[in-house]
Amino acid sequence: MTDNGPMIELRQVHKWYGDYHALKGVSLTVNRGERVVVCGPSGSGKSTMIRCINRLETHEEGQIVVDGIEVTDDARHVAAIRREVGMVFQQFNLFPHLTVLENLVLAPIWVRRMARAEAQDLAMHFLARVRIPEQAQKYPGELSGGQQQRVAIARALAMRPQVMLFDEPTSALDPEMIKEVLDVMVELAKDGMTMICVTHEMGFARTVADAMVFMDAGEIVETAPPEKFFASPESERAQLFLSRVLSH
Amino acid sequence: MRTAVAWVRVNLFGGVFSSLVTLAAAYLIGRWLWAFLDWALVHAVWRAPDGRACTAASEGAGACWAFLGQWGRFILFGRYPYDSQWRPLLVIVAFAALLLLSCDRRLWGRWLSPIWIVGLVLNLVLMLGGVFGLDYVPTDLWSGLPLTLILAIVGLALAFPLAVLLALGRRSEMPAIRALSVAYIELIRGVPLITVLFMASVMLPLFLPGGTSIDKLLRAQAGFVLFYAAYLAEVVRGGLQAMPKGQYEAADALGLGYWRKMRLIILPQALQISIPALVNIFIAGFKDTTLVTIIGLFDLISTASNAITDPSWRGFYVEAYGFIGAIYFVFCFFMSRYSGSLEANFRRGRR
Repeated sequence: MTDNGPMIELRQVHKWYGDYHALKGVSLTVNRGERVVVCGPSGSGKSTMIRCINRLETHEEGQIVVDGIEVTDDARHVAAIRREVGMVFQQFNLFPHLTVLENLVLAPIWVRRMARAEAQDLAMHFLARVRIPEQAQKYPGELSGGQQQRVAIARALAMRPQVMLFDEPTSALDPEMIKEVLDVMVELAKDGMTMICVTHEMGFARTVADAMVFMDAGEIVETAPPEKFFASPESERAQLFLSRVLSH
Repeated sequence: MRTAVAWVRVNLFGGVFSSLVTLAAAYLIGRWLWAFLDWALVHAVWRAPDGRACTAASEGAGACWAFLGQWGRFILFGRYPYDSQWRPLLVIVAFAALLLLSCDRRLWGRWLSPIWIVGLVLNLVLMLGGVFGLDYVPTDLWSGLPLTLILAIVGLALAFPLAVLLALGRRSEMPAIRALSVAYIELIRGVPLITVLFMASVMLPLFLPGGTSIDKLLRAQAGFVLFYAAYLAEVVRGGLQAMPKGQYEAADALGLGYWRKMRLIILPQALQISIPALVNIFIAGFKDTTLVTIIGLFDLISTASNAITDPSWRGFYVEAYGFIGAIYFVFCFFMSRYSGSLEANFRRGRR
């Protein structure tokens, strides 16, 4: 493990769902501490791409390397990668039968082999960071959507991952709750976390992104710094997409 | 009190028709209840030297509970040696205690399995004897309620973990394991329990090399476990299928391995969803232990049927079967109520 060099590297990754070609040779490099925002129309393969990184989806061709470990069928590789990669889902996916605190300590205890007391301290630390320490003893079902998503972020952080993947984290939220989640994500970005965010929140992208990645039809069409991407996108497809997203 | 009156007014006497139905129903229920009490209490005979005297004393219009005074103990313990019947009595008490302890959710995490193992071993020692100065009692003398409880409780307690494994196997990504699980479940489910019991008691010894013999009770118990595992497995599978994909993915993304994911995340929720269906099968299974009568085990049904063939107490079917019916009812009703409270409990926790 070195401090420089790429954290995540995708080389010519292909993915098929039966006959449907979902990823058509995607290549992307994310360096340590880099924040990448992935956007594009729905069905463009954004989610599929980041789900391949921690093997929630399998890729058929090409190479994915995370922190020097290649993503393969080898269960030990997959386990090692998942320990270092945190993920936040569109639908939160909290464990409804466990309290908020139990949701947070579960993986540190069972995967990282952390002592319960230590895991609880850590969990409370991250709950404080996402600003809901007072909800620790509640069940997810008792929280609002925004609170649940912040718990989900804290749950991923409690594993002390080196990278965080966000799969449309605000798409399932009511509008008034989007900001509280984005605020937490902005703070995380400021702290230097390596992040890949699939999102339609262009304001957030402008604030935190080091690089914008625009995908369409299973390909990365354009990669550019945000100021350039928003001001003068090169491809026609990106121009069209931006005109639709930013017009309202 | 006022709310009760209001409830009655709204629900029972809400209109002319509703009032008429209520009165008619009350009349029918009252008449039936009266007839029952008249039979069970008013005209009942509690002491009598023999059946003829008992029938004469009740003028044929009342229950002859004297029959149970005479034969109740036999119905409960059957052929178990008379002087040692305190042992099966203790076993019954121990089973009841185990069941009640299991209802305490504080014990669920760490303590429940050791408690059960200790309890079951203790029961086995009590029933079988041969150690600690207890007389040895071979299993063919075990009978009545303790036999029923052993078959049902031990059977279902062993069938359940097997069922969970089968259900997981059926949804496994490994084709061989999946095929095996499907084959097992479909094969066993396609055969009546009686056939399985016959196989276990009659056919199996034919296949065993000469000289080896497995205890008949053990064979019946094994048949019962294998049969109910297949049924329970399908219920558990239903629960597993109802789980949202996101729960699997969240557990995967956190790096939990297969068994931890299942044990900590998926099964607790899937089993919770399956409680009503599981209890349904538990109740059916409890009552299906009566089928072992057919292969010559002496369970509650057998002891009751035997008791009513006594020449001097002939023909008290209603008392005998009413008695064991009540016993079955108590256990089944307990399971039903407990599952209800468990569901309510979970709902409160999760909202």
